[in-house]
Amino acid sequence: MEEIDPITLSVIQNGLVQVCNEMDLAFVRSAFSPVISEALDRSDGIYAAETGELIAQGELGLPIFVGTMQFSTQAVIERAKSVEPGDIFIVNDPYLGGTHLMDVKFVKPFFYKGKLWAWLANTGHWPDLGGSVPGGFSANATEVEQEGLRLPPVKLFKKGELDAEILSIILSNIRIADQRIGDIKAQGAALAIGDARLTDLLNRYGEGLVRDCIKELKIRAASQMKAKIAQIPDGQYRGVAYVDSDGVVDEPLKIDMKITKTGERLEFDMSGSSPPCQGPMNSVIATTKSSIYLAIKHIFPEIPINAGTFEPLIVTEPHGTFLYAKYPRPVSGCAAEVSQRIAEAVFNALVGVIPDLLFAAPAGTSGNLAIGGYDPERKRSYVMYVISGGGYGGYQGSDGLSNGCSTIGISKTTPIEVMEQYYPVLFDEYSLHEGSGGAGEYRGGFGVNYRIRLRRGEARASMVMDHGRYGPLGALGGGDGGLNKVAVIRNGVTYVPPHLSKDQDIRFEVGDAIAVSTPGGGGFGDPYKRDPARVARDVAKGYYTAEEVRERFGVSLDPKAGTVDQAETARLRATKV
Amino acid sequence: MGDIILGVDVGGTFTDLISADLKTGEISIAKVPTSLDNQAFGVLEAVEKADVKLSDVSAISHGTTTTTNALLEQKIARVGLITTQGFRDILELGRRTRPEPYGLKGSFTPLIAREDRLEVNERMDADGEVVTPLDEEMLKEKVRILAEAGAESLVIHFLHSYKNPAHERKALEIAREIWPNEFICAGHMILSEYREYERGTTAAINGAIRPVLDRYISRLQNELTKGRFAHDLLVMQGNGGSISARIVAEAAVNTVMSGPASGVMAAAATTSAAGFKRVLTYDMGGTSTDVGLVLDGVPQVTAELDLEYGLPLHVPMVDVHTIGAGGGSIAFINDAGMLQVGPESAGASPGPICYGRGGREPTITDANLILGRLDPDKLLSVETPVSLADLRGLFEAKIGAPFGMSAEEAATAVLTIANNRMAGAMRMVSLARGHDPRDFALFAFGGAGPLHAAALARELGIPRVLIPAKPGLTNALGCVVSDLRHDFVRTLNIPLASLDIGILRETLLAQMAEGKELIARDGVETEELNFLFSADMQFQGQSHMLSVGISGPDITVEELQRRFDAAYWARFAVELPEIRAVLVNLHTAVIGKRKTLDLRLLAGKAQTDSLQDAERTRRPVMFDGKWQETPIYTRGKLPHDLLLTGPAIIEQLDTTTVIEPGDKVTADDYGNLLVEMSNGRD
Repeated sequence: MEEIDPITLSVIQNGLVQVCNEMDLAFVRSAFSPVISEALDRSDGIYAAETGELIAQGELGLPIFVGTMQFSTQAVIERAKSVEPGDIFIVNDPYLGGTHLMDVKFVKPFFYKGKLWAWLANTGHWPDLGGSVPGGFSANATEVEQEGLRLPPVKLFKKGELDAEILSIILSNIRIADQRIGDIKAQGAALAIGDARLTDLLNRYGEGLVRDCIKELKIRAASQMKAKIAQIPDGQYRGVAYVDSDGVVDEPLKIDMKITKTGERLEFDMSGSSPPCQGPMNSVIATTKSSIYLAIKHIFPEIPINAGTFEPLIVTEPHGTFLYAKYPRPVSGCAAEVSQRIAEAVFNALVGVIPDLLFAAPAGTSGNLAIGGYDPERKRSYVMYVISGGGYGGYQGSDGLSNGCSTIGISKTTPIEVMEQYYPVLFDEYSLHEGSGGAGEYRGGFGVNYRIRLRRGEARASMVMDHGRYGPLGALGGGDGGLNKVAVIRNGVTYVPPHLSKDQDIRFEVGDAIAVSTPGGGGFGDPYKRDPARVARDVAKGYYTAEEVRERFGVSLDPKAGTVDQAETARLRATKV
Repeated sequence: MGDIILGVDVGGTFTDLISADLKTGEISIAKVPTSLDNQAFGVLEAVEKADVKLSDVSAISHGTTTTTNALLEQKIARVGLITTQGFRDILELGRRTRPEPYGLKGSFTPLIAREDRLEVNERMDADGEVVTPLDEEMLKEKVRILAEAGAESLVIHFLHSYKNPAHERKALEIAREIWPNEFICAGHMILSEYREYERGTTAAINGAIRPVLDRYISRLQNELTKGRFAHDLLVMQGNGGSISARIVAEAAVNTVMSGPASGVMAAAATTSAAGFKRVLTYDMGGTSTDVGLVLDGVPQVTAELDLEYGLPLHVPMVDVHTIGAGGGSIAFINDAGMLQVGPESAGASPGPICYGRGGREPTITDANLILGRLDPDKLLSVETPVSLADLRGLFEAKIGAPFGMSAEEAATAVLTIANNRMAGAMRMVSLARGHDPRDFALFAFGGAGPLHAAALARELGIPRVLIPAKPGLTNALGCVVSDLRHDFVRTLNIPLASLDIGILRETLLAQMAEGKELIARDGVETEELNFLFSADMQFQGQSHMLSVGISGPDITVEELQRRFDAAYWARFAVELPEIRAVLVNLHTAVIGKRKTLDLRLLAGKAQTDSLQDAERTRRPVMFDGKWQETPIYTRGKLPHDLLLTGPAIIEQLDTTTVIEPGDKVTADDYGNLLVEMSNGRD
């Protein structure tokens, strides 16, 4: 390989990412699944012809897909008997490099001058793939078959033609099937755009040169990652995170994250984590690895993403734990919840080591709530999804963001006015979850409270959330963030799910209300060091009560003026053990 | 009285003025530094410098950044909010995002402090039916609390007011009795569209900047009156039209983003006069680049823009996309040993190295200087001159040495990468709006636009570039040519299959009537009224919408369906007969045409007759890695029947145009330079 000049290298790198960005754009604009079009739950990338390794990924893709699609592309490569131009494989099998069933991947061989040159792939979250509950988040499934239709890699398009037979199998097994044809066309059309753009790029710069650049870019990304890792002192670090329960057995699941830094490598050992669980909180290995990659990308946001980026990150496969689920373990919670706990364990392990780069734990739950029912006035069935954010952790120099999106997502919530137009519900409240920000020199951000009432017909509610038992961890002496809470209120009687954050098929009748509070972020640093004037401001805004700040921040306020009682505050802070 | 019209645009650095005497055809221009604390002084200075008598002026059209600056610098009025019980935190919680996809840091400060957001009992449902009646006593009490607390401006924002504004109207009526000033608005007045966070934030922005704009305009009006100006003062809006100063403060939010809009308006006027149908506008300045689209002489309009993280502005605005690349963008080598340009910028201070204000980081402007594209002796705003040798030394040390490149090679690399990235961003802008840049002409302006236009056009496959007569006064020209304009949007959200076309008709007629009434209130002389209608549509179940132009109130359901299908096919190459189409919003723009100047006047009087006379000097300029002896022309001296082939550099006061080798340049009647890209190079 000849020496490549630095300009060409940058230009080709931009060119490859641009191809993916244009696929991302086309997909999101024409998709039907609101999870794709509004929540941006999709990703597009280019993968190596032989190895399926990641070459480039769109900048606007959902963070959790960092890295996962190379595993599913590899599964397609292993199984594909013959490939021809215009073929598109569809696959959602979690055990073959996937996440949960709802993430449907399209994988397309890319031919240049008659030869297989690369793979183009995208993934999008479909609203439903059948299974025991609408939306796929069954909180008490014990086998993957209860979670929905599982597709091994099969050719949905053959030489450019949609296979009507395979399509009919899929559409016969999922809910709200009539709109999926729109997503299938959008997903396929995005890959066609990628095909055309990548061809342009190769025509312009020559395939040999682009191939050489791809090799060089991989080396560069690895060295950039290594340079970042070098900022971490050598040593072994440990972090933990807990999943409330698996939805079936009411016991917490532990993630035990041991990170060993030696030279330019980071090794991740999770072998001390809980064994596989009965309920859907298992994680498949592709998701487990992706969660670690994602956590590292959150710590070093500027590193580019290709196969080289991950080279210095050595993940020991956690056999025998719930983080390496095998068929038929149910997995619907892995992409949305367990992934966030894994990232949290990484943050937790490193926050004491490189505190300036890190932050206390974020709310870290997607807060999935699905309400499925029948609206007698409009004579139709519906499935309504509510996802919500929570507080982010404080960090050196700043309080955490309130109502930030999940660690693995970049999605917007659906406006209340839109939900009330489509579904027979009325929101009573959508407000800041007061007191939920973990105390700290820099406090956590706040979660959200919302309350929904049913106005017509009957419905059932299911939810997969987390942090109902343990709040997001504070760091360097900061307090934990507030808990996730769920309650269903009927005739003045309150029902709290036994597993706190997970339940399914709760009867929801006219006049009933579901009230949800999402977690706040962890606090960063000793709360007794927080500037008392800022604490007073927090109380003036109603973020905390005067009693709360006395206990959690050691600040006493004048009951009338709301100003800091300096003497009493000094006394309180001095008496802290 | 005289018949002079003025356009005055206040930008970040300069205040620009164009005056046109409609009787004599005389044009005069002025450029003065912007007076930062009160923009009015700069405006008056420009008037003086252009030697215009205010008593001879019949209309002044003014573009101001007062409101944009106030917002971005958070120098806004204290606002009180009255909202539906249970929902006061909507404006603080937003719609659950974070500032950047990666990295869990960043913060957000709501426009209205939590203690100034109060709730009252009232509730409408999505059909506009009352669920909880408005508690009027409670409302009075809350309004009084806010007034006593010292809020200057009041915003009323209730759920579903786009569907039924009765509660907001009643609340307004009651609040007006109590509130000490006229700074009151309700969400539905600013935007009659669903989505509570976006509508509420737009109303909050309006409330926060209205007192600021009101003070500024009355001060300016006073000063102008003192100068014996006795006619219409118009203010530019983000929709590309103007509005009378008399009523501008009521919808202050419409003036945000007016700067970029006036540039695109000038581009539209110029290119449509010159006969171009599809134009990509490219305004590159010191820190950022604005890109817009003009189709058939009409700037594309959007109603969805995020001013910054968590600050959506949902009023109809000229669709301008800002890219974080400008002359001051910094080049550096990252951890992977890759050369990157931007998004960090040296800004105005310290600025590029060559400004001599202490900047030590290589920028795009510096690269242009090293390659001979800019003349070191003609740089504006230089403090302590930096020698070319020092500049080359810095480039060599910071970028050249690690790659074994000379200073020229390093500068070439910086420009190549910067142009490549800008072209990528411009492709995304045009594609996101459903267009292929190869079908467009590029209209380049701003201080740095004409420097890079040829390279960008080549990168994007654009065949032709237009450089207007006065690239540095484009925004002021946009003010001069602007018409009065008012926009109205209403959400219907009805599937076409069950649409009663009477509702569409009534809505559009009502919007037309409302527009006519506002134009009457503007009290400005207009020649005719024009109407532009469009419908935001989508397939049932989608969340993104497509804006479809429609003919007017007489359109049929079938025609609406046909237009939507065609627009969808053009954008995505997908047909979906399986799924129903939905009419989401109806939009009417009411435009009052003002008397304006003949753009041919901008070409100026007869200049020199030959290219030779226009040649000021020659100097080596680097193209394709080779120094080429290149003629340097003075723009004002170019002959009208111009025909030249690059390489060439064309200089004028406020910008420098680079003509690459082989490209052919002609001039048209409007003083535009037309550059045809040669195919020989790639």
